[in-house]
Amino acid sequence: MNNQGNLLTVTPSPHLHSSNSIPAAMRDVIIALIPAFIASVYFFRISAVLVVATCIVTAVVCEMVAQKLMKRDVTVNDYSAVITGLLLALTLPATVPLWVAAIGAAVSIIIGKQLFGGLGNNIFNPALIGRAFLLASWPVATTGWVTPIDGVSTATPLGIIKESLGSELPGLTDMFIGNISGCLGETSALALLLGALYLIYKKHIDWRIPTGYLATVFVITAVVGMTKGQGLTYPVFHLFAGGLMLGAFFMATDWVTTPVTKKGRVVFGIGCGLITVLIRLKGGYPEGVCYSILLMNTLAPLIDRYTKDRVFGGGKSHA
Amino acid sequence: MNLAKTFSKGIINENPLFRLMLGMCPALAITTSVENGIGMGMAFTAVLLASNIVVSLLRKVIPDSIRIPCFIVVIASFVTITEMVMHAYAPALFESLGIFIPLIVVNCIILGRAEAFASKNGLVPSVMDALGMGLGYTLALVTVSAVREVLGAGTFLGIPIVGLIDNPALVMILPPGGFIALGCILALLNKMQQKKAQSN
Repeated sequence: MNNQGNLLTVTPSPHLHSSNSIPAAMRDVIIALIPAFIASVYFFRISAVLVVATCIVTAVVCEMVAQKLMKRDVTVNDYSAVITGLLLALTLPATVPLWVAAIGAAVSIIIGKQLFGGLGNNIFNPALIGRAFLLASWPVATTGWVTPIDGVSTATPLGIIKESLGSELPGLTDMFIGNISGCLGETSALALLLGALYLIYKKHIDWRIPTGYLATVFVITAVVGMTKGQGLTYPVFHLFAGGLMLGAFFMATDWVTTPVTKKGRVVFGIGCGLITVLIRLKGGYPEGVCYSILLMNTLAPLIDRYTKDRVFGGGKSHA
Repeated sequence: MNLAKTFSKGIINENPLFRLMLGMCPALAITTSVENGIGMGMAFTAVLLASNIVVSLLRKVIPDSIRIPCFIVVIASFVTITEMVMHAYAPALFESLGIFIPLIVVNCIILGRAEAFASKNGLVPSVMDALGMGLGYTLALVTVSAVREVLGAGTFLGIPIVGLIDNPALVMILPPGGFIALGCILALLNKMQQKKAQSN
């Protein structure tokens, strides 16, 4: 188009102009993750900075090298690799060895994203692919939970419940602010909510997925909590525990790997919620957010197909 | 087609695993160590060779309408023999391959070669075809299992590799690792094939 700049360009409608672009949207996601990053630095100090930096640098370098090798346009400038690296880092504990974090970022970008065809073609959320890979490969190194600030090893709140360790559960206020053990970015529900509100305000993420997700988890755990006689503390605990907030707002809302229809997004959120609770309460792992989103990612095209809107003027919906 | 070509086509151009995409199930399941890969490849080659010979010799006797059951009877007999021999002389390998030895009966490569080649060709070409396909499949299994054992266990044929043995990526010898390894190898081979096709 460049060499014919002074010619009239005719394109089909719509002729709307929008400043919205992939780099701009990605930049907003990064801005939204800054509170969570700051919280992680506050709670886990220098190790948080190191893990985050390692993941981001590795992700960007891998994206560049992979795209060069595959002779694609190099698109590191769209920030998507930065986000993948950052999200992956936020799902790792502070004690994770840096080489493990780097391998995770490389797997995220190369296997999770570029081998599927790059941004827009990946079936699974790349950051979660990296995390699942690390969790299966180095189960000890990726679960070295420590308490915030003083860094004493301890179990996560969900781990305490799962293993019936008997140690005291942290208070709900501590869990909301993030003064508990866990992955870098998942401890502070407050910081994550701040970022999420920004994204919803900017209309980058659809409220339907996180709402469906959180509501499902809340309702099921509320029922379970009632049978246990713990009242509302139990469901609220489950909302703030583990990676639920991070997953619901920043990973289950990934544009590429989730349904595009409105109804489909609700279904997607509910499905994630169901699987998460199932894994947390009945499964072998203390936390199920990562696997629930990955599993639902595989269903996204199917959900889209069954929730297609009726074409205006068309006959009965064939969905 | 000459004999040398009949033999060599199974190794690269028509490699049963990497080109024809047959026999995926054992290729994903048992390739957790190179030893398993070699063992499976040899058991497979033995059955394929024997079944190709018998099918080729009987090809004029077997009625066309019931040829598939006949092939299966031939293959199942040889699988049973192989299974018993392995149980007697290689009990460790027999244990680690487990259910996948009897499952050679339903390995589509063996039935495929019987149907597509041995039932239409004489004894000598069928033997060459079986050897080529067997070698190709064994090489493919060894390739996949080498990747998985080196990355997933930090060893090669059980010998520790310095630097990898301390912290191997366990996932590679778990089921997902089979898919990741096979997928990446296939992608690489397809890429190489594409380049070759372009340069021609």
